[in-house]
Amino acid sequence: MEFLNTHLLSLILFFPALAAVVMLFLPKGETKLLRWFALGASLVPFALSLIVWFRFNPNATGFQFEEKYAWYDAINSSLHLGVDGLSLTMVLLTTLLTPLAILASFSVSDRVKPYMMLFLFLETGMLGVFMAMDLLIFFVFWEVGLVPMYFLIAQWGSANRDYASLKFMIYTMGGSLGLLLGIQLLGSLFGTFDLAAITANWTSAQGSLLGFPIETVKAVVFWAFVIAFAIKVPIWPFHTWLPDAHTEAPTAGSMLLAGVLLKLGAYGFLRLVLPLYPVESQHYAGALALLATAAIVFGAFGSFGQTDFKRLVAYSSVNHMGFVVLGIAAAAFAARTSDAHIALNGAILQMFNHGLSAAGMFFLVGVIYERTHTRNLEEFGGLFPLVPIYGGILIFTSMASLGLPGLNGFVSEFLVVRGAYGVGVNTDTAHVMTIYTAISMLGLLFTGAYILKGIMKVLHGPLNEHWAHGEHKLTEINTREVVVMAPLMALILVIGIWPAWILEVINKAVLALF
Amino acid sequence: MTTETLIWLIPLPPILAFFLIVLFTNRNKALSHSVAIGAALLSFLGAMYVFFFRALTAPELGKEPFTSAINWIPTGDTWLKIGVLVDPLSAVTLFFVAWTVLMIFLYSVGYHNFGQPAGDHDHPGLPPHGATDEHGHHVPSVEPMYSRFFAFISLFAFGMLVLVLSDNLLTLFVGWEIMGLCSYLLIGFWYAKPSARAAAVKAFMTTRIGDVFMLLGIAFLYSATGTLSFREIFTENVLRTLAIIPSGVFGLSAAGLIGLLLFIGTIGKSAQFPLHVWLPDAMEGPTPVSAMIHAATMVSAGVYMVIRVFPLLSLDPRTMTFVAFIGAFTALFAATIAVAQNDIKRVLAYSTISQLGYMIAALGSGAYVAAAFHLVTHAFFKALLFLGSGSVIHGMEHGVLHTGNHDVDPQNMFSMGGLRSKMPITFWTFLIGGLALSGFPVLTAGFWSKDEILASTFNGHMGVFITLAIAAFLTAFYTMRQITLTFLGEPRTKEARHAQETPWTMTAPLVVLSFFAVTFGWVGIPEHFPVLGGLVPNWFHEFVGGTLADPSTALRAGLPEAAPFNVIPLLTSLAVALGGLFFGWLAYRNVGSVAQDRLQIPLLKNKYYFDEIYDFLFIKPAIWFSETFVYQWMDKGLIDGILHSFGKATQAVGATVRKYIDLWFINQTVGDGTAHVTQWAGRRLRPIQSGRIQQYMLVSLFVLLVAASLIYFVALGQPALALK
Repeated sequence: MEFLNTHLLSLILFFPALAAVVMLFLPKGETKLLRWFALGASLVPFALSLIVWFRFNPNATGFQFEEKYAWYDAINSSLHLGVDGLSLTMVLLTTLLTPLAILASFSVSDRVKPYMMLFLFLETGMLGVFMAMDLLIFFVFWEVGLVPMYFLIAQWGSANRDYASLKFMIYTMGGSLGLLLGIQLLGSLFGTFDLAAITANWTSAQGSLLGFPIETVKAVVFWAFVIAFAIKVPIWPFHTWLPDAHTEAPTAGSMLLAGVLLKLGAYGFLRLVLPLYPVESQHYAGALALLATAAIVFGAFGSFGQTDFKRLVAYSSVNHMGFVVLGIAAAAFAARTSDAHIALNGAILQMFNHGLSAAGMFFLVGVIYERTHTRNLEEFGGLFPLVPIYGGILIFTSMASLGLPGLNGFVSEFLVVRGAYGVGVNTDTAHVMTIYTAISMLGLLFTGAYILKGIMKVLHGPLNEHWAHGEHKLTEINTREVVVMAPLMALILVIGIWPAWILEVINKAVLALF
Repeated sequence: MTTETLIWLIPLPPILAFFLIVLFTNRNKALSHSVAIGAALLSFLGAMYVFFFRALTAPELGKEPFTSAINWIPTGDTWLKIGVLVDPLSAVTLFFVAWTVLMIFLYSVGYHNFGQPAGDHDHPGLPPHGATDEHGHHVPSVEPMYSRFFAFISLFAFGMLVLVLSDNLLTLFVGWEIMGLCSYLLIGFWYAKPSARAAAVKAFMTTRIGDVFMLLGIAFLYSATGTLSFREIFTENVLRTLAIIPSGVFGLSAAGLIGLLLFIGTIGKSAQFPLHVWLPDAMEGPTPVSAMIHAATMVSAGVYMVIRVFPLLSLDPRTMTFVAFIGAFTALFAATIAVAQNDIKRVLAYSTISQLGYMIAALGSGAYVAAAFHLVTHAFFKALLFLGSGSVIHGMEHGVLHTGNHDVDPQNMFSMGGLRSKMPITFWTFLIGGLALSGFPVLTAGFWSKDEILASTFNGHMGVFITLAIAAFLTAFYTMRQITLTFLGEPRTKEARHAQETPWTMTAPLVVLSFFAVTFGWVGIPEHFPVLGGLVPNWFHEFVGGTLADPSTALRAGLPEAAPFNVIPLLTSLAVALGGLFFGWLAYRNVGSVAQDRLQIPLLKNKYYFDEIYDFLFIKPAIWFSETFVYQWMDKGLIDGILHSFGKATQAVGATVRKYIDLWFINQTVGDGTAHVTQWAGRRLRPIQSGRIQQYMLVSLFVLLVAASLIYFVALGQPALALK
């Protein structure tokens, strides 16, 4: 018990990977066993992270549940883990979505063993990024999360999977190269990779590296970080890998890709870029806000212009993550103001909320794709009488994605809009934020358009005879699938009505950090 | 239980009913409607208790309203609070909302043919087509999605109650949007009909245009004042500051711009020009929905919101002028369309747009109380008219089932005629509603509220006054046209001859609502009105006017006194109402078919072609922009093009490196070259491998000599000349 208490984070982090290794020795034909084993293995970190959530003290500043183990002493890099309100929220999101993704994958029957193992490795990778307090560890897990996803898309994806997985891999790797370089530079400069130590010495550090003054080195690192994270979020115009990867990935892969992997980029901005580079962040905040606005507006238009259901949902991620970036940009503009705090509360909550609604939407697309083997919106329509429960769930989740008040998306989008607008009005140098916020309303309008287009093209319209009878008869969503959706829907509703339970944790972290 | 606790509880029953029906009782129709109506009844009782025993008995409700707030969202060091508020304005709104909602719920039972057999060929998503009973008679069939309907309207009622009871703009907006969703779901209730599907999307999107502006206004207001609570914003200091800071847009003050942004929300929600296009199409929904949307709830919400923020709105005269202009223009514009419509519900839809324009125009002219008064009376008589029209349609459908001729449109007024004897309760209640809408003098509520608007605008807003007077004439005219075509004269079709009065669940709400359509006007008779004035106190003006009494003296300047009595607006009001009614009857008393109607002008019938214009100007370009510009050109063409060109460039570099460095230089030149040289050298040297010992010896000797000489002369450094 004592061991459990002192090793909570490392248990959460490594349990999935260990389970994956154990799976290696399970018989590969026993698909049922493999599925349940994977599900059980992913539920353990979830239960443990709930313990962390309830034991977490939001009022304490700094990191909690810290653990530190020697890893690479020669270069002063250690396995240093810890969580604050920001990372804990993301950890909870990850450990919640992974079991749901695995449960969603129970219908996969092709090479179940490697498939499930990849998901468990993926979970460890994602969790490591959120827990890491050491830059080198951060990078290691960043890459660990990338590889399983590549194989999931390339091996279990749909028709155009080769193109999509390659694009995803190379694009993200392109960003990671800079990230690695930046981390190496910082490590050489400060003689350690420990984030806390680097932060503490950040302004007092003197000297040069390879003949370059320290300011130049820092500037190089800034851009390396920004580009890596911008690709991962993705910030417009680095977003085109996203629709391809999301569309071609297997359903559960899309759930985690949209639900968690996109957050890694935004998390990078919040954890590294903004705290380490307040001056540069402020300097480029206008440009960042412009790109965020572009993502919101063009993402919504792009989504509206789709005829492929899954691609429509994929583009909606560009739109929604735009609000996260808009909040970050607003905060960068006016750090330590109440407007910035509101914007960041919104941005971080939006990360969590988008994780719920996007995962739900991708799953629902998957449910119908599994039955019809098409994602073409023109082939649907009039399905509501055939699948009324599915239809109700789809409308509910779509409305969360649309940002309907009373559901979670509204709270976070409102806070971002309010924060960004407030920064524009109340800060002398940031008047452009007012305009960008106003323009982003156009994106909000077309969010409505693409959501309604999706519902209209799938559910509404005269009864679809093709899917109503015979071999094509569409079957209703089954119990397992409802179980996947139920926690997501419950959280969507709870956060929409009573957001304070999670926002309190976020708010305290934001106050401490920014 | 304190009053505040009770107020918190009022909106809850309908939302619980929604979840109960959706999750548990949806297979049982009787249980579902019992849950929904029971919930509506609970809310109704709570609302009546608060209204009669708390709000009315409070000494000065305007100054000391019932209010209670809790922390909702942490915002840095502070909290965003939400709470409930019952002041005079929300009290009267609560009163009419509770009544109309309950009546509509009850009416829906009969409207959806509860108790009738399931249809022979009915499908979910289509209106029921009728069934054959055991005697072989064609009878109406029950709605297949009966439970779902009650779930939706419960959610709708919840949204409206949240909106009315909110003490802040944010939860008001929450209720506002929940209603937006419900209107979408309910207009598209018969989603299998392509027209209903399109109308639902249109309603949601059009109102959403207003909503995003409103959201921006809320963000602005919150940023500028740090609060969204009405009572904190409407204080002298805050308002004065807002009136002074410039907004940087159109030279408006911050208050002016915020007011404008919020008002655009109302333009969408209350279907004002130019966002009016969704409302007539909303007739695709079942009739109780029309009443919910057009009378009791959604469209009233828009007007309610601007009345609520009036202290803010009135700070900037330019915003006020804009509001007045939009309202007056809409009032007239919609009335001209209404005269040429043949669908009984569509006439009412345009009439609603026009009447909402009245309220907006009154508000823009500063007539705060008059706008609120008309909002309440209109809610009663318009709910009555919509439910009455639904009853008419239901009666006509009965006739259609009887004859089996489904070509007859049961909503077309030219298929009707003479229904007064077939459906007497519907006729008399509809007549009361129609007269109230027309402003029939003294008796009806509509007269008093409309007269007050005209009287208020007469002072200083002559343009608005004249526009509204013309609109009032047209209103009376088209209302009488509707009544004449529907109920008077002789039946024009066989179906109309077989129309039948509807069941009590439908007629009882009509009777209740017609009671209010008459009597509610009497609570607001101006003091100086000839003969009647002063007999009963002008309760409405004192009570609702008290809403603005509290915050500050600055506001009191904005509080309109009851308009001084002037005989001209009164005479105008009498003339347009009676004149319109008379001419409406005169022109249509003998019209037998559409061909005889001289007002079937294409421009009016096609609603000034706004749908077509918007389609051309906005919808088609938006689709092109999304599908072609953003997706095909920008993302797939430009951005992916650049990415792919990186890929191609890398491949080209790789290919070049392979071709010239790897293949040519390393493989061919260095690698193969070494082999070639070795091979060549080997061939050349082959002759010396002769196998003859003497020759080898000779070569060895020669090599030895050369080597020895080299060592001697070079390595040991002996000068070459020393050999001599």
